[in-house]
Amino acid sequence: MSKSPLPGRPETVYYFPTCLVDLFYPEAGMAGIELLQRAGTNVVMPDRQSCCGQPARNCGYYEEARAVARTQLAAFPKDWPIVVPSGSCAGMMKKHYPELFAGQPELPKIQAFCDRVFELTWFLVHVMDIKLVDKGEPVKVTWHGSCHSMREMGVIEEPKDLLRSLANVTLVEAEYEKECCGFGGTFSVRLPEVSGAMVTDKVSNIVATGATEVVSGDMGCMMNISGAMKKAKAPVKGRHIAEFLLERIGKGDA
Amino acid sequence: MSNNARSAILERLRKAPKKPIPDLPPWSPYVTTTESAFDRFRRMITAVKGEVIETSRANLAATIRQVLADKQASNLLYAPNTDIGKTLDKAWAAEPGPRLVPYDKPIEDLKSVIVNDIDAGITSTMGAIADTGSLIVWPSVDEPRLMSLVPPIHIAVLEVSKMFDSFPEAVAKLGWNKKPPGNTLLISGPSKTADIEGILCFGVHGPKQLVVLAITD
Amino acid sequence: MAQISHDFEHAAIKALGNKQLRTNFRRVMTGLINKRAALFPDPDELQALRARGAAIKDRALAKLPDLLVQLEQNLIANGFHVHWAESVDEGNKIILDILRKANARTIIKGKSMVSEEMHFNHFLEENGVQALESDLGEYIIQLAGEGPSHIVMPAIHKNKDEIGRLFQEKIAGQPYTEDPDELTDAARRVLRQLFANADCGFSGVNFAAADTGSLVLMSNEGNGRMSTHLPSMHIALMGVEKVIERLEDVAPLISLACRSATGQAITTYVNIISGPRRGNEKDGPKEVHLVLLDNGRTKIYNDPELRQGLRCIRCAACMNHCPVYTRIGGHAYQYTYPGPIGEILNPQMQGIEKAGDVLHASSLCGRCSEVCPVKIPLAELIVRLRREAIRPAGTAVKGGGSRNSSVENVVWFGWKTMYASPLLYRWGTWWLRKIGNLLPSGIPLLKQWTSVRSKPQFASRSIYDLARERGIRDE
Repeated sequence: MSKSPLPGRPETVYYFPTCLVDLFYPEAGMAGIELLQRAGTNVVMPDRQSCCGQPARNCGYYEEARAVARTQLAAFPKDWPIVVPSGSCAGMMKKHYPELFAGQPELPKIQAFCDRVFELTWFLVHVMDIKLVDKGEPVKVTWHGSCHSMREMGVIEEPKDLLRSLANVTLVEAEYEKECCGFGGTFSVRLPEVSGAMVTDKVSNIVATGATEVVSGDMGCMMNISGAMKKAKAPVKGRHIAEFLLERIGKGDA
Repeated sequence: MSNNARSAILERLRKAPKKPIPDLPPWSPYVTTTESAFDRFRRMITAVKGEVIETSRANLAATIRQVLADKQASNLLYAPNTDIGKTLDKAWAAEPGPRLVPYDKPIEDLKSVIVNDIDAGITSTMGAIADTGSLIVWPSVDEPRLMSLVPPIHIAVLEVSKMFDSFPEAVAKLGWNKKPPGNTLLISGPSKTADIEGILCFGVHGPKQLVVLAITD
Repeated sequence: MAQISHDFEHAAIKALGNKQLRTNFRRVMTGLINKRAALFPDPDELQALRARGAAIKDRALAKLPDLLVQLEQNLIANGFHVHWAESVDEGNKIILDILRKANARTIIKGKSMVSEEMHFNHFLEENGVQALESDLGEYIIQLAGEGPSHIVMPAIHKNKDEIGRLFQEKIAGQPYTEDPDELTDAARRVLRQLFANADCGFSGVNFAAADTGSLVLMSNEGNGRMSTHLPSMHIALMGVEKVIERLEDVAPLISLACRSATGQAITTYVNIISGPRRGNEKDGPKEVHLVLLDNGRTKIYNDPELRQGLRCIRCAACMNHCPVYTRIGGHAYQYTYPGPIGEILNPQMQGIEKAGDVLHASSLCGRCSEVCPVKIPLAELIVRLRREAIRPAGTAVKGGGSRNSSVENVVWFGWKTMYASPLLYRWGTWWLRKIGNLLPSGIPLLKQWTSVRSKPQFASRSIYDLARERGIRDE
């Protein structure tokens, strides 16, 4: 996917910060909102939302996932685009809601909802046509693309293009960049040894790039990666791409 | 018992939910290129360690002689009733060379010789496929199946006029899907394996060397 | 109630601790990934070819019973003997009967994963027939008394020093060497004599063309040709899903399989067998038998969604690209098929109670589905089987529901209650923010998490509160 399905920039968008961002990384979520506003749109974040339902769906608990999905459906009644600062949660809503509601009477309504779901960096690039002016010091960063962002949402180059557009930022590619970090939601606690081996490898590959920061579009992966970096006392900082971009262009500057 | 299994399996398959039969979406095996089919074939097969030597009908026997000398082969398994076989007999009658061993008896009578004593074998081909760099070999009564397999060196004679772009084209033009011989083959290089640490080694069971003699006239 | 197995988890943990094994797998799998990528330089061509390959297999599956009958008729017309087996036991018995009638005491085998399903070698040994593997990788693991750890490169868990020591110990007169060429030559010497002396050759089948009554076998080594043409009898074994409509359809499938498996344009040999030795032919087997095996395939076929798994052409791309497989290797998977395709097939063939723990061997990263040459949605099918494991849809899968756990049901009920209600969500997360950071690292879930990671810190304020403060509307 590389062409905007929307005619021009929308006046208003909905924002779905995700439950993980709400609980652990609200500033990352706020950064996404500010980027959208500065790109020229109004942001509305309904209070009546919670979680996309992915954890239950991935474990096979479809009824439970459906119940939670219905809550999200009710939270976004207008036909504005729904922008999500996570390729994984966006992928759940866009790709798996239709399967979750297959054979259910709400399916047409669900499909219309899915069509409105967008991943943040993709939306900034293709719909908002955002232009970034780098105000930061020179820095070397590396990127971790989440599996669902790449494989369900087709978001591969967009976030990296945003990073490359910053004059003082050098983007270096880590070995095995496109390999899973080992998070996988419940996978990390169901098969903790294997998940641990995966994230340990991921961290070594990141450290080997010599970058001082790793950025990602998904805080699930980032919680895993930065948690492992912290425990291993690795000299690399991890955060959401929205927070990083906002800092580069000057948070609060209009 | 076997019959019960047959009817039980078929019955279960027939009772299963039906799914629509999809059409085959288009796919072209052709690689758009200005390279000739033969050049493509040569590029592909040499990439997997096949050797290609261009020659002519008149020079075939001399070329074979040269290959055998270069490879230090002391004998050659051949098919006496084929054109190649007759060419060899004629040339060797005029000037002897490495021993010619005819594959003219059932394998049961020749097994020990073929498995243990032969250095090289020579066969004809039905042509070759450019896309994959494959020789088309159809063993026959005169040119049995094991000739292109058991000797450590396989010499294959290819007429460059018989090039096909793809396997489907060869199937159609050779009538491969009409009543094919008991064994037909695509051969794309010498025998190889990567079963030890993924390291490529040649000649594990079949020929260690494959020499294609391409007749260009 | 059936015993619920957790063998996979234990084996996976054990495999992770084996440094040599992890190094071997990582190196080889990375090599295979790069080779595959080099052979698919044009993404549009790749997608067109995948669509073609998937449609060829889907067409064949849609017509499966008719094609099997057509295949059988044409094979018989070509001089084959055709046998049908519903189960592993039946398949083994059919083959043993054929061997006994021919008074055959030794068979030389080409590679066959279906024969691994049948524990065929073991069965024959018990009945006085020696079954010898001839694929170099299979030969190595047979000498070592092990099973395959990869479906294309069965001995890839061993490095050359281990193989050198094994050959020195098991092959008379063989000195120690770790030179792969010398090891390969040693195997050639031994196996040549075995091919020449075997009473019967045996092979699997990659594709069977219904229109011509032909078996198509791919091989790089040539052992597939040796086993099927040197001995005076050949027995082939295939799953019922391997039939395709037309001989020419093998071209895109071979292209997909070879490029996906090992990054080759084609295998060295494509061996098309359309009959035994005929008339005055001087070689080739005098008798060719084909055994068609079900072993759970018709049950998989019965479910339209799960049926997609029967498109598999056994290229192993899913395991080569799997971040879990790469770290634990194939043996941990316990049953015949490792990696993502094994996560689909093993629980269905063995039953979820026995082989269902492997369903959690996936982070659902989706790389398997992305690379599958016949577009099997492996990650989706894994989730489907996770559903079957806890809440089965009828009797689609053996052992369905056997992994339903009341503890997990309670957890997910609680989760649903909290997340389906905006009010409870705000209330629940308020409490989590208050007490979450006080939870000790030793409690379940946190304990697993913190084994290699620091504890995540709950934020002091909700994003919804922050947003309202900064003037973001709720609407």
